[in-house]
Amino acid sequence: MSMRGKSAIVGMATAGIGEAPGYSAMELLGQAAVAAVADAGLKLQDVDAVFAATSSHAFPTMSVVEYLGLKPKFFDGTNVGGSSFELHLLQATMALDAGLCDVALVCYGSNQRTAGGRLVSMSEPQWHETPYNPRHPITAYGLAASRHMHQYGTTREQLADVALAARGWANLNPEAFARGPLTKDDLLSSRMISDPLTKADCCLVTDGAAAVILTRADRAKDHHAKPVYFMGAGAANYHRSIVAMPDLTTTAAVDSGPRAFEMAGVQRSDLDLVMLYDAFTINTILFLEDLGFCPKGEGGRFVEDGRIAPGGELAVNTNGGGLSCVHPGMYGLFLIAEAVEQIRGTAGERQVDDCNLALCHGNGGTLSSQCTAILGSEAAL
Amino acid sequence: MTQADTKGPQATYEDFLAQGKFMIQRAKSTGEYVFYPRVTTATGATDLEWVEAGGGGTLYAITVNRTRSGSSNVALVDLDEGVRMMSTLPGVETAEIGSRLTARIENEGETPRVVFDLAKGDSA
Repeated sequence: MSMRGKSAIVGMATAGIGEAPGYSAMELLGQAAVAAVADAGLKLQDVDAVFAATSSHAFPTMSVVEYLGLKPKFFDGTNVGGSSFELHLLQATMALDAGLCDVALVCYGSNQRTAGGRLVSMSEPQWHETPYNPRHPITAYGLAASRHMHQYGTTREQLADVALAARGWANLNPEAFARGPLTKDDLLSSRMISDPLTKADCCLVTDGAAAVILTRADRAKDHHAKPVYFMGAGAANYHRSIVAMPDLTTTAAVDSGPRAFEMAGVQRSDLDLVMLYDAFTINTILFLEDLGFCPKGEGGRFVEDGRIAPGGELAVNTNGGGLSCVHPGMYGLFLIAEAVEQIRGTAGERQVDDCNLALCHGNGGTLSSQCTAILGSEAAL
Repeated sequence: MTQADTKGPQATYEDFLAQGKFMIQRAKSTGEYVFYPRVTTATGATDLEWVEAGGGGTLYAITVNRTRSGSSNVALVDLDEGVRMMSTLPGVETAEIGSRLTARIENEGETPRVVFDLAKGDSA
């Protein structure tokens, strides 16, 4: 049974994007949740389902429930890294459609920047990797980039094009953490960290929280004038460690994407906005290929000449992405937040014209879990 | 029962390394090789035996982790048996992907590990 159009996002909020000194991860999450509930015209106690994953809570739904004083009938803390939240949209829609709950909260919060400025991770070392001292996640993404360059001739200049486009969008987003001029020379002269990836190829380490509220579609308009409908989602996952990834140039997005498109009943050419999980510059190139925007191996050439930058052919990562807007450990919910903003038409200077259909592609682990969700306006239904 | 049957695959692999042997698993029924060591192949074969790795491999991907205290490479190596492992090439800063490699067991750290050198007479 298709979940197409069965639910809608009727509340959305973020908190602490960038730097939020003095606040804990749960305090930021709580602020986002409270604001998202208010955005939906609901009360906190109306929430009867909680979906959460964080980098710092072993039992995230328990922690959220307690902190907000909720008594949910349904909860799911599936943790597939940064892609968790795209999957949570599907799970929340199924739970709503099954009548297991009426108001679902999907939420995330992190203070990793002010708490230490390093990526916080509960990820356990893999015994067959530890003798070689990998520094994940960047080692894994460096390996993938090295292979893509070898196999397809992708260049560091093309990786820089991805970062340049992200900064171009961030400069139109007052909330983005990294704003200001950035040249290709700046990017190419950045410090090498894990060949061929430099510091400029890496996402930001910021604080930040986000939350969305979903209800069944039939009552969505009671809560928000512009509901953002769940159109479809699909997931795929084949490995945990980078060493077990069958082909380092092809992610499981080649399977999650078609599943999402099929459920949504839409095609790539129908999309107005593409939000791709850009933890590293190579991600954007891989996902453009794997989701079919260009043939395999052509992603590097595809991003040249500002094609995904403001004014380009394809609107990609209009918030500035994990590279220039926000990346507090797990980024997946911020893809969704930006899609909601754009479909509502409230994205200000960076607003995409007539944005009715958006794809959010989440990535978790080391190119491991791939979850694609498609959201749409009422017109897209 | 041999020693290989009394411990799990991970501990058995590590014991072999301590004895100076680079051993990998192969399913008797299907001929599939497995690495890292597990209790099953992806097709469900569990009649796994230990065989000595031939030691030949090809560099599949490589990165150099650069820190203020120094640099070292991390490599993914496709063994000639058809399985992939994470390793390192301690003798070089980095190498061309596709290079032919030869395995050896290094005993410099706390525990022995399999590392690779560029194969002699072969520059891919």
